[in-house]
Amino acid sequence: MNAKTKIENPVISLDGVSKWYGDFQALKDINLEINLKEKIVICGPSGSGKSTLIRCLNRLEAHQEGQIHVSGVELHETMKDVDIVRRDIGMVFQNFNLFPHLTVLENCMAGPNWVRGIDKKEAEKRAVAMLEQVKIPEQADKYPDQLSGGQQQRVAIARSLCMEPKVMLFDEPTSALDPEMVSEVLDTMVELATSGMTMICVTHEMGFARQVADRIIFMADGEIVEQNTPDEFFNNPKSDRTKTFLDQILI
Amino acid sequence: MFVDTVIEDKSLHKPAFLLGLSIAVLAFFFAFNLTDTIFGEFLSPVIGNPKESGFFGRLVVSFVLSIIFVLNLLLISFARLKIQILIVWIELFFLFLAFAYSFDLELAYIFIGEPSKLWLMISKGLFTTIYISAVSIAIATAIAIVGAIAKLSNNGFAYAIASFYTSLFRGLPLLLQIYLIYMGLPQLGFMIDAIPSGIAALSLCYGAYMTEIFRAGIQSIPKGQWEASRALGFKFGLILRKIILPQSIPIIVPPTGNQFIAMLKDSSLVSVLGIWELMFMAKKIGSKDFNNLEMLLTAAMIYWALTIILEMIQARIERKYQQKA
Repeated sequence: MNAKTKIENPVISLDGVSKWYGDFQALKDINLEINLKEKIVICGPSGSGKSTLIRCLNRLEAHQEGQIHVSGVELHETMKDVDIVRRDIGMVFQNFNLFPHLTVLENCMAGPNWVRGIDKKEAEKRAVAMLEQVKIPEQADKYPDQLSGGQQQRVAIARSLCMEPKVMLFDEPTSALDPEMVSEVLDTMVELATSGMTMICVTHEMGFARQVADRIIFMADGEIVEQNTPDEFFNNPKSDRTKTFLDQILI
Repeated sequence: MFVDTVIEDKSLHKPAFLLGLSIAVLAFFFAFNLTDTIFGEFLSPVIGNPKESGFFGRLVVSFVLSIIFVLNLLLISFARLKIQILIVWIELFFLFLAFAYSFDLELAYIFIGEPSKLWLMISKGLFTTIYISAVSIAIATAIAIVGAIAKLSNNGFAYAIASFYTSLFRGLPLLLQIYLIYMGLPQLGFMIDAIPSGIAALSLCYGAYMTEIFRAGIQSIPKGQWEASRALGFKFGLILRKIILPQSIPIIVPPTGNQFIAMLKDSSLVSVLGIWELMFMAKKIGSKDFNNLEMLLTAAMIYWALTIILEMIQARIERKYQQKA
């Protein structure tokens, strides 16, 4: 943890977080602070707990020990309104999870209109703007299953952005895509990173990590094994596990 | 369903199969002595007096019948699929009519009287049947939504009440439920009329079945839909109303349609309470003049026609949802 940047006012902080599924410990004493506008890439072998970790950040999963603070609010089971925290955290899933019975535009309008109380006209304006940002405004009136995987994932990103989140979580956003569609999604994410969004991405796309990450976190067996800047991480990995992982993934 | 692109030879067009079939059919008709029937009469120019024709008459009758039967099959097999289906339907329907005709009925009976008995059945009986079924299905649907949500909730009370309810009302015969409600509630001091208690029994019974249908429909929606909704900060009720239920409707509609059709016929059970619906009227009117079967058949035809109409409506609704999905 030598390259841990000095953090003034973390937007997300984890303090000794542990989580179990039955007897299996998925997260082991995770300590992490993430600053506003930081771009974090989390990688590691499958089953290392990386998805579980980011799913804990908007409490899609519950942790059993330690504390998670988001914008200064602690997430715990008795917290009255997890929803308020969730509205400030966008999440993009591996399987897109668009609402199939709603058009692309309606998918994007749903959040602002239903939970932020923004009127339809305004929500639509915002949705169109976000669809333009992810470069598919012409698909607005189609249904999700009429789009390619890459387009669906970009709609999913736009849907999250419509909520004007402070932080965006990406849970393996390109893993379910055909190879030729990976780049269009990554391009969208790079653009988002350039615009200054706080991003936490679980991904195996090392090119993306090198390009945008401020910090790369390597996890294995529910622990943070190593975290470092991309340069240090790729050129000078500290632990053996990291070296093995990089050897496997970079061929 | 997947229809294979490879066309197999029709077995009917294979001589060996055709021969085997003919022999089997012949044996079948021969096994029943049909010389006494209308067929024997038709063939009397050949076999003479049917009653005295003996083995020869029996053979001729069964031979002619099997020729007609096999030829019919063969001819139909050359028609297009839709025509085939239509012809077979019509033939089966006429067989059914012949079956009913053989009861030696006095069919004119249902048309006599002022107003005619048929009109009475339709104007009063059918109306009451539809009224009871429609009200019951509406209430059952409401019960089912609440029951399904309760069964999916983490609330112990809600789950316990809902599962006790479905267990009880799926576990008792509907007829028994009708009696229990009609005769049991007055014991508690609630005076309840026949029609409301009939509706209550049907709603509660079918609500229990439909609770399970709705629960399964809701559960079949992928977990990712809940997660995406939760991640956007939607609350439970909103997710259910706007995301989950709209997606489960195409899954829920077909079995719900079946339930409605089943209920329409089960509504005949409330006739035991003396409600003037189709079944009760058929029994009442028919028994007066010892023409039971005429009225029962009339009721049967009305139920059947109603069911066919409902099935057509159901198919139409299903198609609509399929296009959207």
